[in-house]
Amino acid sequence: MTWAASAPAVSAAFLGSLVEAIEALTIVLAVATVRGWRPAGLGAAAGLASLALIVAALGPLLDRVPLQGLQLVIGVLLLLFGMRWLRKAILRAAGAVPLHDEAAAFAASTAELREHRSRLDWLAGLASFKAVLLEGLEVVFIVIAVGAGRRLLLPASAGALGACGLVAIAGFFLHRPLARVPENALKFAVGVMLSAFGVYWTGEGLGVAWPGADLAIVGFAGLFLLVAALAGVALRRPLEVAP
Amino acid sequence: MLAGVARELIGLFVDDGVLAVAIIAVIAIAAIVASLAPGVAGVVLLAGSLAVLFANVMGVQR
Repeated sequence: MTWAASAPAVSAAFLGSLVEAIEALTIVLAVATVRGWRPAGLGAAAGLASLALIVAALGPLLDRVPLQGLQLVIGVLLLLFGMRWLRKAILRAAGAVPLHDEAAAFAASTAELREHRSRLDWLAGLASFKAVLLEGLEVVFIVIAVGAGRRLLLPASAGALGACGLVAIAGFFLHRPLARVPENALKFAVGVMLSAFGVYWTGEGLGVAWPGADLAIVGFAGLFLLVAALAGVALRRPLEVAP
Repeated sequence: MLAGVARELIGLFVDDGVLAVAIIAVIAIAAIVASLAPGVAGVVLLAGSLAVLFANVMGVQR
């Protein structure tokens, strides 16, 4: 396996996982700030353990699914997932939808937890658990989506683990949400990459012989980037004119 | 809680229902074309996906 073959899967998994890990960290930090590290840590650890169980139980099934069927299912899910991200990133970049602000999300989460101060700590732990489990499932999906179609699960997992480790280390030292990360730019880039992978795998699943094989993904990404940029510019213009 | 988790899992793939239905429609058309003229199915899938994205985003203006 060459670096050139695995680089798109590694980078897509790394960038996508970075966004998800930052979102999970924001909620875990909010829980830790209001209720202490014990429920936050226990909830996060339980979330990670549940994720590990899900991956261990379902992972081996991937090898039993026929490759073409797997490519089609993954391609369709990737198109839905990637274009959803890309649409949101375009709308946010154009100013049609407010930017996702980790500092604001952190403030909202802490305020909500403070409102329920009288409740037990396990509710706070549950918030941490749910955040890690749900964002973690997105990471698992991204890894499977960009890695399974060409048997690149290991490099894709390495990219995702690298991103999660990086965010965990940053959160451990900073003790505050990573609000300075250009999350929308990351979502824009990942949306472009996942949509390109989605078209490629859906086509492979339908029996399309793409010109240039894997290299076609780069061309698709370029086209998605171009259309997304044009849509952003076209959308921004009337919004600027409007009073 | 399980219902909430299920809702969020579906939300991973479907945010705007119109976009999701349009993507599925493009894939269905590409699948039909693939059985008739495999060489054209890729073009239908790629051009359809790009067109659906552009149209959906521009629809926000209206």
